[in-house]
Amino acid sequence: MRALKSSGRVKENRADPAPSRLRYRIQRWMLTPGIRFGLKFGVPLCLLTAGGLAFLADEARRDMVISTAQSIRMSIEQRPEFMVNVLAIDGVGSSVAQDVREVVPIDFPISSFDLDLAQIREEIEGLDPVKSADVRIRPGGVLQIDVKERSPALIWRSHEGLALLDETGAHVAELGQRAMHPDLPLIAGEAADLVAEEALQLVAAARPLGDRMRGLVRIGERRWDVVLDRGQRIMLPVKDPVPALERVIVVSEVQDLLERDVAAVDMRLGQRPTVRMTKNAVESWWRIRELNGGGL
Amino acid sequence: MTDLYQSQRAMRQMRRQAMQRGVVAILDIGSSKIACLILRFDGTGRLSEDNSIGSLAGQSGFRVIGAATTRSRGVQFGEIIAMQETERAVRTAVQAAQKMAGVRVDHVIASFSGANPRSYGLDAQIELEGQEVSETEIARVLAACEVPEYGPGREVLHAQPVNFALDNRSGLEDPRGQLGQSLAVDMHMLTVDAATVQNVVRCIQRCDLELAGIASSAYASAYAALVEDEQELGAACIDMGGGSTSISVFMKKHMIYADAVRMGGDHITSDISMGLGIPTANAERIKTFCGGVHATGADDRDMIDIGGDTGDWEHDRRTVSRAELIGIMRPRVEEILEEVRCRLDAAGFEYLPSQQIVLTGGSSQILGLDGLASRVLGQQVRLGRPLRVHGLPQSATGPGFSSAVGLSLFAANPQDEWWDFEMPVDRYPARSLSRAVRWFRDNW
Repeated sequence: MRALKSSGRVKENRADPAPSRLRYRIQRWMLTPGIRFGLKFGVPLCLLTAGGLAFLADEARRDMVISTAQSIRMSIEQRPEFMVNVLAIDGVGSSVAQDVREVVPIDFPISSFDLDLAQIREEIEGLDPVKSADVRIRPGGVLQIDVKERSPALIWRSHEGLALLDETGAHVAELGQRAMHPDLPLIAGEAADLVAEEALQLVAAARPLGDRMRGLVRIGERRWDVVLDRGQRIMLPVKDPVPALERVIVVSEVQDLLERDVAAVDMRLGQRPTVRMTKNAVESWWRIRELNGGGL
Repeated sequence: MTDLYQSQRAMRQMRRQAMQRGVVAILDIGSSKIACLILRFDGTGRLSEDNSIGSLAGQSGFRVIGAATTRSRGVQFGEIIAMQETERAVRTAVQAAQKMAGVRVDHVIASFSGANPRSYGLDAQIELEGQEVSETEIARVLAACEVPEYGPGREVLHAQPVNFALDNRSGLEDPRGQLGQSLAVDMHMLTVDAATVQNVVRCIQRCDLELAGIASSAYASAYAALVEDEQELGAACIDMGGGSTSISVFMKKHMIYADAVRMGGDHITSDISMGLGIPTANAERIKTFCGGVHATGADDRDMIDIGGDTGDWEHDRRTVSRAELIGIMRPRVEEILEEVRCRLDAAGFEYLPSQQIVLTGGSSQILGLDGLASRVLGQQVRLGRPLRVHGLPQSATGPGFSSAVGLSLFAANPQDEWWDFEMPVDRYPARSLSRAVRWFRDNW
């Protein structure tokens, strides 16, 4: 019991390799995976976060950090490599190019970081005569806009006047007078632009009629009339107007139907095509019947 | 009996947990050193179904990732006598092993050598209820064993079914699924002093560790030092430790007898120390470097400095001849071996078909011990070293580590013990219903 009673540690005991209970526990703690991970990553992370928060707690320092960041950003953006100086528009005539310049009001030179190309493209494609646009920044500080124009395929006569439509029915431009585009077919009627594709098919089918055709009229926003000169009309059904028109043309070629004094060919009922004659023709037909058969 | 059954089952449960976690520590608490191995289980390489040993002797399932040894303190005759000191030594060993392994271990399988082990042979016979031997029948026959009166203050450390007999066929390893009328079992039960076991348990608890198993080091070192055919045909393993020499007899791969002689290498050292009048450390050193048991003519001329630290030049420059040293050591070694012979005779070792004796443990490294042992114990004596296991450092492959290595083999492939089988329902005490009610109340 001498070792227990003696107050100080005997010198021999200093060489004792046995860990104290505390050191033993600490070592076991440090070998626990969770704690080791926490010490390795959690403590540095906490220290960094705490330091960062302490630094940012002061308003002046916060402003300083923000302004420094902004100035660095500015200095990068303003480098000459990123500046855009010229706007180049390709693929359209001068009037449309002028329109494009109007919708893209950019003060050059400007940093390419400040340009929102997608928005510029959207705005340009919002223009009527533009079918699609391709916006990019070319090396050398050029904002290159390649525009594809809509080509007019139809003339639409409405209450507002004459308008040019492309093959999808989209509005291309106002038209002063019909004579400016004598080659384009004419359509009329409410909402005729919505079915421009069908109109173009009908125009193609009516090509054998030649220059006798004056145009197409949309009736009641549901079916087409083909208007010929001499006031003749071919009234087409709602469904399958193109075969009906082709039928009329074939009959006309064989029987010269449209050369006769006919006011309208009514194809609205497919089983029962009807021909309406002009008043003169009816009267002369009556007279001929009287002459021939005495009323029979 | 039920108490022990429960506590051993709890330990089994703990071991299963440790296996799942994959890391378990092996602690061999000896009188001269405490060894700690840390094993990592990979979950592969179990013993195959027919109980034959597979490749790598079934040890491919684990690997030693940490090993440490420290001088033991507070342990005499394999029993803890100073808890504080032993606890410190255990902490040293566990800490160093953990440091080497780089993982924290929570579960420990421990072994110790002392505590007066005593063997009992038990047997029982029952008539089978059905035709086929099922697991419950085995549990029933095990429960039918008549437990001898082993006295107060003793506890059962191992209780292993050694042999099953079905009708008149004996020597069955595993009678499950076989048909028959009556089933008989022979069981080997090992009891030790309860106080010693409790001290070990307490000591390990004080180190913040959980005990996942406990074994007698006689059993563990035989597991490592005996090769398979020796275990099968019958052999005795004599583990000559520092404070005690433990004996275990194996037959048909089961331990059938274990005992311990409370003498070991420390007694040889103290004989030298007393005989030559030198400090114990010096005595230990010259025993290790110059010791032997056979004197030759040259040994008379071989002078050994025995030293001393009194400061007196004449006293500190004394020398003895090696023959004198051998003259001191030999009677003590002979005494130990004679005592072992007595124990083996008492166990009826000479009736075994094979009389192989394997000497292992730290003291078995004395030069010429095998020659002396064959004179005392019989012709078939060899020195045994532990089996090689994965990752064991070179410094821990000596015979002194056979119980640590055997314990790790035991951890990887535990043998069926009594408590591994479900206790038959009628053996539960009558107050089990009230216990169930209490369990419910405690848990909800």
